[in-house]
Amino acid sequence: MKNAAFLLLTAAFALGLSACGEYSQVANYKPGSYQGKSDTRPWEAGQFAGNKQAWEAALANRAQSQNEYKRTH
Amino acid sequence: MARMKFLCDSERCIECNGCVTACKNEHEVPWGVNRRRVVTVNDGVPGEKSISVSCMHCSDAPCMAVCPTDCFYKTDEGVVLHNKDACIGCGYCFFACPFGAPQFPNGPAAFGARGKMDKCTFCAGGPEENGSKEEFEKYGRNRISEGKLPACAEMCSTKALLAGDATVVSDIFRDRALRRGKAGDAAWGWTTAYGKPEQAQERTQERTREQKQEGGK
Repeated sequence: MKNAAFLLLTAAFALGLSACGEYSQVANYKPGSYQGKSDTRPWEAGQFAGNKQAWEAALANRAQSQNEYKRTH
Repeated sequence: MARMKFLCDSERCIECNGCVTACKNEHEVPWGVNRRRVVTVNDGVPGEKSISVSCMHCSDAPCMAVCPTDCFYKTDEGVVLHNKDACIGCGYCFFACPFGAPQFPNGPAAFGARGKMDKCTFCAGGPEENGSKEEFEKYGRNRISEGKLPACAEMCSTKALLAGDATVVSDIFRDRALRRGKAGDAAWGWTTAYGKPEQAQERTQERTREQKQEGGK
């Protein structure tokens, strides 16, 4: 009887612990793509017409204008 | 291209709400929806600090994890965007977001009656053709595809709000923090405008000297 209760308790404990298993709850996203409606990338249409380097350069340039130390000196 | 991020310098933010206004104007955001807002800690108390908050485009975004229709996606630049066609307005993302970024046009209504979620897009539009009318109506203007940065950061008068590539933005902030040396009043506030601590000390010494002289008369 004692043995059975011990076994039962151990089993319940192991079962309880198994619920603590950690797994990623975040869906697997590939950057820029998902199951839904697809999006055009920023450099693909409009003024940059697929020229990614020009787009990156324009954005980097713009970012530096936030640094007034660079603007004034 | 690395990850796009916002960074708000609380030493510089003067709570002017220029970023909020710029955002509203740029995207013609409806009444009641605030993609960006300024939060002030210890409002009215000397030494209060303000920061501008919106969607922070989390690297591991909780809104993306909880969305039952899986309407969120992340662009190559690390901007968290969503597809309004798939949004059912359940509000799970609102509860999951630590910044209160997701907004609903019908406010706190019953489940399913809130309307489609609206949030900061880092001025990168959404899953529609870049610069199209549909994109503007659903998500606002796509400044990123025009080679521009978000309107809020570009409009910030004190350049407290920085936006762009995380490495570039953190370099700008690091440079700034090193130049000003200290935080708090010593950086930009009272002591910078009205004298440094040593000057204040000199003034106190002068005052005690004057008082002594007056006492001697």
